[in-house]
Amino acid sequence: MADYKDYMLFDKLPHTWCAGCGDGIVLQSIAAVFAEMELDKHDICLVSGIGCFGRVDDYLDINCMHVTHGRALPAATGIALANPALHVIVTMGDGDSVTIGGNHLIHCARRNIDLTAIIANNYNYGQTGGQYSGTTPTDSITSTSPYGHIEQEFDICRLAEAAGATYVARATAFNPVQMRKLIRGGIEHKGFSLIECMVQCPTHYGRYNRQGEAADMMKMMNARSIPAEKAKTMSAEELEGRIVTGVIVNKNREDYYTKYKRIIDAQRIREEGGSVNEN
Amino acid sequence: MKSQKKFIEGNEAVVDGAIAAGARFYAGYPISPSSEIAEGAARELPRYGGIYIQMEDEISSMAALLGASLAGVKSFTATSSPGFSLMQENLGLGIMSEIPAVIFNVQRSGPSTGAATKPAQADIMQARYGAHGDHSIIALSPSSVQDCYDLTITAFNLAEKYRTPVLFLSDEVIGHLRETVTETEPGPDQIFSRIQPDPDISQKDFRPYGYSSDSVVPMPAVGNRKLLMRTTGSTHDEKGEFSPNPQNIDRVTHYLTNKIEKNAEDITITRTYQLDDAEIAFITFGCSVRSTISAVDILRAEGVRAGMLQLVTIWPMPEKEIRAVLAKAGTVVVPEMNLGQLAGEIRKFNDYGCRILQANRTDGVLITPQQIINTLED
Ligand code: SF4
Repeated sequence: MADYKDYMLFDKLPHTWCAGCGDGIVLQSIAAVFAEMELDKHDICLVSGIGCFGRVDDYLDINCMHVTHGRALPAATGIALANPALHVIVTMGDGDSVTIGGNHLIHCARRNIDLTAIIANNYNYGQTGGQYSGTTPTDSITSTSPYGHIEQEFDICRLAEAAGATYVARATAFNPVQMRKLIRGGIEHKGFSLIECMVQCPTHYGRYNRQGEAADMMKMMNARSIPAEKAKTMSAEELEGRIVTGVIVNKNREDYYTKYKRIIDAQRIREEGGSVNEN
Repeated sequence: MKSQKKFIEGNEAVVDGAIAAGARFYAGYPISPSSEIAEGAARELPRYGGIYIQMEDEISSMAALLGASLAGVKSFTATSSPGFSLMQENLGLGIMSEIPAVIFNVQRSGPSTGAATKPAQADIMQARYGAHGDHSIIALSPSSVQDCYDLTITAFNLAEKYRTPVLFLSDEVIGHLRETVTETEPGPDQIFSRIQPDPDISQKDFRPYGYSSDSVVPMPAVGNRKLLMRTTGSTHDEKGEFSPNPQNIDRVTHYLTNKIEKNAEDITITRTYQLDDAEIAFITFGCSVRSTISAVDILRAEGVRAGMLQLVTIWPMPEKEIRAVLAKAGTVVVPEMNLGQLAGEIRKFNDYGCRILQANRTDGVLITPQQIINTLED
């Protein structure tokens, strides 16, 4: 049996994250899923963006491409199409995925590129000092919304669903068992999958909004959680302020590469070494 | 060696050249006057087992190119000046991560939307300095449809050899020019593919980067069965791990510049026309070359000893060849479709008291031989 430690780079520890940060829970979950699935490291490529969670690749002993802020999904699109046999994992924060990179997210979902997007949502830009992002809830205090945030936040899962994502799920840092299950579901899913991981940033978001210590923030997350099945029976008002967890979307739609491969098969004029598929 | 004659435009020859060079991945966002390259790539790539994808913008196109190239597939994109502006972010990523790719920029007038889509040659400085931070860059500039085929192959070879994005600075005139081109399929020895690591190297000893010399380090594809690969746009050490200490930042910066500048002899390509005995020398590139050749012919017919140095490689600047001209000719004229971006560079080398004149055109109309000649009378 493989162990999550087999996929980690321990010489890079201690990690960069603050005490109590939720990002480490997601890192451990990702490594644990690789171990559970006994994936060959050479078959995995992780693409990461910028931000506190963007540093996740520093601690993983697999193929890694660390890119620019918000551009992890398009870089991963290139990898996934050039080598469709790879498990392409994309790790992003809320800034990467739905703020600076929001356009890439909706198009990647729409195209149904076969990759797994794992988003750590902590409601703010931790690395740069706690400014607001596209997921910062209305009325929150951040370093750039000192009088209360006036914008409405994105619901990442609903955004992904509307854009055409074929697997959408959410877990909180309070429940790593569920987080692992959902990440595994995403990796096993053929097509664009997205797992939103709700994580606490006690250093900035928690402090600005007087949410207490990391443990208090995690307990609060759990108290707000509601299983996706149950949520279906509830009204919009009842769901106000709740965190819907579990598998939210899981459907089959042919992925981009499978469709494109049919074009290649029909149009190919000669056999030669340069084929993308055979490289 | 297979060879065929075609009557096509520059943008079409680029697609044929890319496929001949072994490129099998294109990601781009259509923009005039480069869209024929996208259309050609969309049509031709699947026929060779390759992939075309139209991204949501030029930022993502550039990112996708780098991803595909990291997975081992030679990749390219095409754009025009406004789109090239958007590509600067991930062009920098390609430079820092050392991932080969070829970017075709069919230049048009600007700033911003400009007089879409009239020709210009005004991205010389954007090509060199558009991506932030110190670095060097390789840029080629075609002056014929034949160049669009041949130099495209050269561009891919340089990208692979120097493990870096290479720019191909075409322009609206050359992109839409129709000429007869002889497309000769390159032999295996004319195609360069990135160096692979020693097959016996272990993961423990493998390093995706190297900074101890100015030479290029082997680059395995992600997904190979033996070695794990790690690239990053953050300042990193040999292992590809974030390393922001002052010493490392300094050596990485020098390395990214030196690996190109110290190999300028190998990278720079120039051509001459009637230059040997020239008292009046033109130094130019791209579409302006065509008008300059006519200007030289007219002047020669009048008994004036005129000649031309063509910079096929724009970056790194062919300093040696430019200096030789400045040392010998009494007057140097720099025809270009911008307000003097190349002329400024040439002045930097003028330790010889040579008279340097500019022949600039910025109205979106191809510079004419007469306008170039008139510069001499000012
Ligand atoms: S700033 Fe917030 S998100 Fe960043 S490491 Fe600290 S706790 Fe985590």
